[in-house]
Amino acid sequence: MSAPAAVPPATAAVFFAGVRSALTSVFVLVLAGTYIGLGALTHDFGFASWWLALSSVLVWAAPAQVILLSALGTGAPLVEAAVAVSLSAIRLFPMVVALLPLLRGQATRTRDLLLPTHFTSVSMWIESLRLLPAMPRERRIAFCNGLSVGYMSTAVGFGFAGYYLAAGLPNLFAGALLFLTPMSFLVSTARNCRLMMDKLALALGLALGPLLVLGHVQLDIMWTGIGGGTLAYGIHRLREAMS
Amino acid sequence: MSAVGELGPYLALVLVGFLPNEVWRVLGLVLARGLNEDSEIVVWSRAVATAILAGVIAKLILFPSGGLADIPLAVRVGAAVAGFAAFLAVKRSVFVGVLAGEMTLLLGGFFFLR
Repeated sequence: MSAPAAVPPATAAVFFAGVRSALTSVFVLVLAGTYIGLGALTHDFGFASWWLALSSVLVWAAPAQVILLSALGTGAPLVEAAVAVSLSAIRLFPMVVALLPLLRGQATRTRDLLLPTHFTSVSMWIESLRLLPAMPRERRIAFCNGLSVGYMSTAVGFGFAGYYLAAGLPNLFAGALLFLTPMSFLVSTARNCRLMMDKLALALGLALGPLLVLGHVQLDIMWTGIGGGTLAYGIHRLREAMS
Repeated sequence: MSAVGELGPYLALVLVGFLPNEVWRVLGLVLARGLNEDSEIVVWSRAVATAILAGVIAKLILFPSGGLADIPLAVRVGAAVAGFAAFLAVKRSVFVGVLAGEMTLLLGGFFFLR
């Protein structure tokens, strides 16, 4: 018997295409730099290298990991650390909301979306929104999981590298490694701006974030997002209504 | 690490790191049901996510922790501006932007660090 004509695309092949796409993207360099920096920070605060590896797999969000590390490492109260981590993670909520409709097909079960939900993070989100729309819907979840596993392995691997490099790393270079996170997030977010609204949200967030901190506004990150995002969205709707 | 000592680092990681972070992803999964990518709430969510991320970026540059805090504010901001300008100038390349930003930071840090 020959194989049935309508073979579904081999999930493993699509998955590994995702891994390959991750490993050949610019984000590998970005993640390498970010997680070498995080590894150095982990070493400085006296945590184990496996603690960072587990944090990369479970938390899987570099800003939250930086916040968690420095809060725990400087002996901040646990509740304060939890609140800070959670505030930095609010952005994951709209990311998941924006990503899942791209992944969901008619036959998609909710449990198929559990992994992509957990994997949602800046690098994966940016690449998924760029690559998935051109892809047949039934391949998207496997591709997305492959992409994420590729990024996560990179992060874990370079976390270990940074941890063991840290002993010999001068302060200036440790600082340069920590600078990789905001610098790369800034340009990659800018590259992902398609609508005027996205650019506006980026600019408003950059301005509002520090302003609210300086104004000692409580929950500054949350209000930066809700205020800046809603303002950008409102202006976008207004422009659409007028054209 | 006294606060961590009460729980142990791994339990602290789960309770203080994983759960407060993951709750937003799960909330997104629960609330995203039945939405498509063009719905207004999804477009708005993208704007909010972008603004939050931008806020975190600005905070990491302006109010950093660890080794980055030793590098003067003007150098950090100058490096971010130089990186962004290089990104815009060279075919919107993330790699070029990051490289230019890092070179500027290292040069500035080299001359102005202590």
